[in-house]
Amino acid sequence: MGATELLQFALAGLKNGSIYALVALGFTLVYAATGVINFAQGEFYMLGGMLSVWAYAGLGLPLPLAGLVGVVSTAAIGVIFELLAIRQRKDGDPLALIIITVGGSMVLSSMARHLFGPNERPLPLFSGGGSVSVFGAVLEVQTIWIIGMTAIAVACLWYLYNRTGLGRAMRACAVNRDAARIVGIDTRLMVTVSFLLAAGLGALAGLAVTPLTQTAFDVGPTVGIKGFAAAILGGLGNPIAAVVGGLVLGMLESVSIAFISSTYKDAIALVVLLAVLFVRPQGLLGRSRREKV
Amino acid sequence: MSYEPRIVLSVEGVHAGYGHVSVVRGIDLRVAEGELVTLIGANGAGKSTLLKTIVGLVSPTAGTIHFLEQDITRMRPDRAVRAGLALVPEGRMLFGPMTVEENLELGAHARDRSDSAEDLKRVFDLFPVLQERRSQTAATLSGGEQQMLAVARALMARPRLLLLDEPSLGLAPKVIKEIFAALDRLKAEGLTILLVEQDARLALKHADRGYVMRTGSIALAGNAADLLADDDVRLIYLGAWHGEGESS
Repeated sequence: MGATELLQFALAGLKNGSIYALVALGFTLVYAATGVINFAQGEFYMLGGMLSVWAYAGLGLPLPLAGLVGVVSTAAIGVIFELLAIRQRKDGDPLALIIITVGGSMVLSSMARHLFGPNERPLPLFSGGGSVSVFGAVLEVQTIWIIGMTAIAVACLWYLYNRTGLGRAMRACAVNRDAARIVGIDTRLMVTVSFLLAAGLGALAGLAVTPLTQTAFDVGPTVGIKGFAAAILGGLGNPIAAVVGGLVLGMLESVSIAFISSTYKDAIALVVLLAVLFVRPQGLLGRSRREKV
Repeated sequence: MSYEPRIVLSVEGVHAGYGHVSVVRGIDLRVAEGELVTLIGANGAGKSTLLKTIVGLVSPTAGTIHFLEQDITRMRPDRAVRAGLALVPEGRMLFGPMTVEENLELGAHARDRSDSAEDLKRVFDLFPVLQERRSQTAATLSGGEQQMLAVARALMARPRLLLLDEPSLGLAPKVIKEIFAALDRLKAEGLTILLVEQDARLALKHADRGYVMRTGSIALAGNAADLLADDDVRLIYLGAWHGEGESS
């Protein structure tokens, strides 16, 4: 296998990895705020694509505006989901909340099926079907969009998390929720914000990918599992780790296609998930044990 | 007793607990403006639970809590902090992976932070070691430094009432002295303080008044000096207060 082919696989891995990174960020942000895995995260990805298609094809909006509508309305759905389903469970029992997210996932995909039908829906490429050559490898323009949008979203999130009072409060919640409450942080608001961000990031991924793959009401769970595996791989609760986990998972999938067979591509995420849980449950970047303070 | 100072905190008939276990059983307690009041008693008497109930981490099952004439019974902790309470919790509850400065900034989260630089200066003046450590993470501090940071973080909220839960626990005598010197200074500056302590002698030496708590109720109350001289208090302090014949 030549260098050009390897580069081609690496670019594909980077593209898929970016998507996984965005979905993994959603998992990790909600986990940091609540201690719960949100199994509806994949549906936010699905809604981002479906609502953008609806705004573009149904409402006839121009593509950039339709994409914005898709992402913002999905973020709003994330907030509504938190207020109606998560917040109602006053004791915050993690097991109950996880089951609520599983139920929420089913509700969201069923609603999408009823509202938008069972068929695959397309979206045009953001800026035409061109491609550029990178050292002989073909890089589609839409892939540049995907990687670029991910990079910008990650940079914005990094800024929010590390340079603003809101981000500091979110990190404080992730460290110790009771401590956050006694310094005056409204931890319930932080949970709502985490769902807003998680839904928005998931939607962004769904929007960016739809021109290449089309979308449908049932695309959520597959991507959800991959994003979850990526978040676990990096180390749950740490946004940087989620991005690293997403990119590593994307690369691993590409490597498996290159050296084994594309048949097993979708199994890689599960293998990685199990391997991490067996060997290094805290993830690549996780601390082995939270220090007690 | 020519004038009656303003009551800052008034706890009346408060019961609280966890699940079906009641830990606090009908507590009445008052703290007046500028006072340092201590709540002493053996391990498990319900002192920490009472403090948690006051700030809203635990919901009372009965009774009322008033803070500056405002009913704060069952108020959420973040609202209680906004109302002017600040807790230095048991076990300190610092944000370990975050820096000293970030911990302090978080202490000021509940209010307008435009003037937090001034407050930082004040707490660094009170605990100079925190200034040296300001860019270290809280987890890397020694136990004494962590306790100072916990006190400083609470002060960043500019509280009207400071609640402290066992600030001396597990610390070396020299560090304890330093922390209690800081409390004396805060009291002299007019801050109202409610101090929970297991070390009764230490607490009573610094307090104006004291309450002795036993199995969820107030067993004794009075001036700190009187309590310090009280035989019964000496007995509890030595761990010998009991009543085999009693059941509770």
